[in-house]
Amino acid sequence: MKKTRLNRIIKASGAKMVEFAGWEMPVEFSGIIKEHLAVRERVGIFDVSHMGEIKITGSQALEFIQCITSNDASKLSIGKVQYSSLTLPNGCPVDDLLVYKIDDKEFMLVVNAANTDKDSNWIMKNKGKFDVEVRNESDSWNQLAIQGPKSEEILQKIVETDLSKIKYYWFEKTKIFEKDCIISRTGYTGEDGFEVYFKEDVEYAEKIWSLILQNGKEHDIQPCGLGARDTLRLEARMCLYGNDIDETTTLLEADLEWIIKFEKGYFIGKDALLKQKEEGIKRKLVGFEVMDKMIARPHHPVYVDNTQISQVNSGSYAPYLKKNIGLLYLPVKFTQVGTEFEILIRDRKVKAIVVQTPFYKRKK
Amino acid sequence: MYPENFYYTKDHEWIRVDGEKGVIGITNYAQKELGDIVYIELPKIGRTLKFHETIGTIESVKAVSDIYSPVSGEIIEINENLKDSPELINNDPHGEGWILVVKIKDKTELKNLMSSLEYEKYLEGIVKK
Repeated sequence: MKKTRLNRIIKASGAKMVEFAGWEMPVEFSGIIKEHLAVRERVGIFDVSHMGEIKITGSQALEFIQCITSNDASKLSIGKVQYSSLTLPNGCPVDDLLVYKIDDKEFMLVVNAANTDKDSNWIMKNKGKFDVEVRNESDSWNQLAIQGPKSEEILQKIVETDLSKIKYYWFEKTKIFEKDCIISRTGYTGEDGFEVYFKEDVEYAEKIWSLILQNGKEHDIQPCGLGARDTLRLEARMCLYGNDIDETTTLLEADLEWIIKFEKGYFIGKDALLKQKEEGIKRKLVGFEVMDKMIARPHHPVYVDNTQISQVNSGSYAPYLKKNIGLLYLPVKFTQVGTEFEILIRDRKVKAIVVQTPFYKRKK
Repeated sequence: MYPENFYYTKDHEWIRVDGEKGVIGITNYAQKELGDIVYIELPKIGRTLKFHETIGTIESVKAVSDIYSPVSGEIIEINENLKDSPELINNDPHGEGWILVVKIKDKTELKNLMSSLEYEKYLEGIVKK
């Protein structure tokens, strides 16, 4: 099993560890609810070094990225980040990802841990005659996510750059203790926050982790695991690859049309997506709330009039909203907000209702 | 850590015997494994249970777990406080987080269960795995 450079210090702190995408990762430290609420109300820190980083450099870096992703990377200025998708010819995502424009000839793609090798192979396979170099640098990068309304204040204590100048979905190359790092105002929790990338060794990674925890003490900062990461992203209605989107769900069905830019020119999957848009999608990913105390979990069957029409993709207790929520694909005629259906949870059919998403939206 | 006057099951329930009555709950190990408990489905008072029959379901944020009866008997009381505060099981699994009380049918069944020492050894085996 792979380990991040923070594995030792995290295990020593007593975190509950699990295997995730081939990595030994903390699922929780003090408890999912406590960690979740810390991020919503104050601040939390995640070791997300398992995420993949793929560098694309060269004179045709932009043209190549335009070809393999669905969003319009030509809109990126240097220092800007974009949520996008590596797309298959059928319009389904190979992965969802962040594209960082480092300079005109250098981009960094941040991808899901479970998909790093798959993405890297897919990118190489499509390189063709583009004048680019593709490097999977995942093993050399550490990545921390500091999330929550107090994240700027905490992180600022160890960073020279004025973090207030980094706008949402922008980044800066800067230094922490004289060593290079990239800090972006991004994250996958629905809160304000930062993701910090640096390439150094175990000792340095542990130092940064410990210092952020120490600096955050006054705000009762919580180290957070994958459990809280999942409940936070779900409340904010962010898709999880492997749960909500995969190679069988098109971007249109996943309600991710906002990251498809048909007008930008050719990209892999464009034709299939255009055709599907013209013909209309048959199913769509929607948010639901369970009208019961039972929690709907992935794969629970979904019924309308005693006929199974779907199954749950993501489902959990939502610690901030104190509701049982989830995401699932429904035939389009059932996707109106307020539509009722049933979910078979163990041996009982419970009522659920299509609701507006995001379930939770932070106040600006 | 694990009270001496309790009996324990391999599925991590405990029972505290008080005359004809047995108070049942889940162990500290079980609540830790489950994590934050957000819901518990409890059976009705008056129901008769067989040894190792499912008596309810506990939901935590991440997992679902059945609870099995350590003995045969009739349910005579349930912990109503758990309906609004299921987290009592996390906070005090061997005390305020008790789940229900049964009128024990056959006390010889208790021989199937572990003492606190045996249970602690059993847990060590699980952790080593």
